Amino acid sequence: MIRRLVLTLAAFSATLGTAPAFADDSLPPAPYAYTQLPDPAQEAKAQALMETLRCLVCQGQSIADSDASLAGDMRNIVRTRIAAGESPEQIRQWLIDRYGQYVSYKPVLTADTWPLYAAPVLFLLVAALLLRGRFRRARAGETGETTEGEGA
Amino acid sequence: MTGPDPASDTKRKPGLWLWLPLGLFVAFFALVFIGLVRPASRDIASQMIGKPLPEFSLQPIAQDRPGLTRADFTTGKPRLLNVFASWCIPCAVEAPQLAELARQGVEIEGVAIRDRPEDLDAFLKQNGNPYKAIGSDPTSSIQLAIGSAGVPETFVIDGKGVIRYQHIGDIQPDQVGLILDKLKEAGQ
Repeated sequence: MIRRLVLTLAAFSATLGTAPAFADDSLPPAPYAYTQLPDPAQEAKAQALMETLRCLVCQGQSIADSDASLAGDMRNIVRTRIAAGESPEQIRQWLIDRYGQYVSYKPVLTADTWPLYAAPVLFLLVAALLLRGRFRRARAGETGETTEGEGA
Repeated sequence: MTGPDPASDTKRKPGLWLWLPLGLFVAFFALVFIGLVRPASRDIASQMIGKPLPEFSLQPIAQDRPGLTRADFTTGKPRLLNVFASWCIPCAVEAPQLAELARQGVEIEGVAIRDRPEDLDAFLKQNGNPYKAIGSDPTSSIQLAIGSAGVPETFVIDGKGVIRYQHIGDIQPDQVGLILDKLKEAGQ
């Protein structure tokens, strides 16, 4: 069973089209990849932004968390631009213009994401309607037997 | 769910509801299995298609090739911008296809990502050099500016410096024709 699982996983990784993530360069990191900005206020801004930007190589991580060299180069760009006076949202937009919304972890309301926001409201509404129906029935019954349903 | 209304219990058949958890489980299992067998693509497409190349000027890195600037892409003839690196294994796999494209008269410009001159020269010696010019991008700055998320990637640039097509990953032998078509489209 475990052997089969391993085989499946091997087949799974083989189907990934590009696999450049495993090879890596030997160049030293970019100037601001691992070096904080001298101004603590600017560094705090950069750090907050980097935590909400997706690493393009290790796609589940933020560029603040990732040690991929491309993530280091992205941190370099973020810090350089913050130091030059750009606002975090300007830099986020610069990246979104190049990689799409996917590069940003900040949740936004778009044509694709509105169900995420609408669903909880919808569920609450349905629950309220169901409960109302239940309470009405319970009140209409007025006998000892029907109160049993209230615990649900 | 656990305590159905005793009044309706005798009238309604529970048969169909009994299957619901199993049905949900099967659906969940199928979803996970499909995800394992056919994982979603992790490619990130550039949003810069149709937009002009940003201004840039990259230093030379190869012994016998000049550096690369934006002006190299505004000569009126469509050409390829190949983002590559000597440390990238698929880039070596792609080399014969680039050589074939160069043989057919396609002009290919290279951007070497985070590379060392000695490594790059060894790579070109071993895999051939189809490039007219090679610019060095030691901090991936041009790569990020054109929305490229990895190596190798190949962009078709029309004669005015506008990005027209992005190919993610190595160009495989059966994709040479596709690249030629995209170049022709860009030339129209």
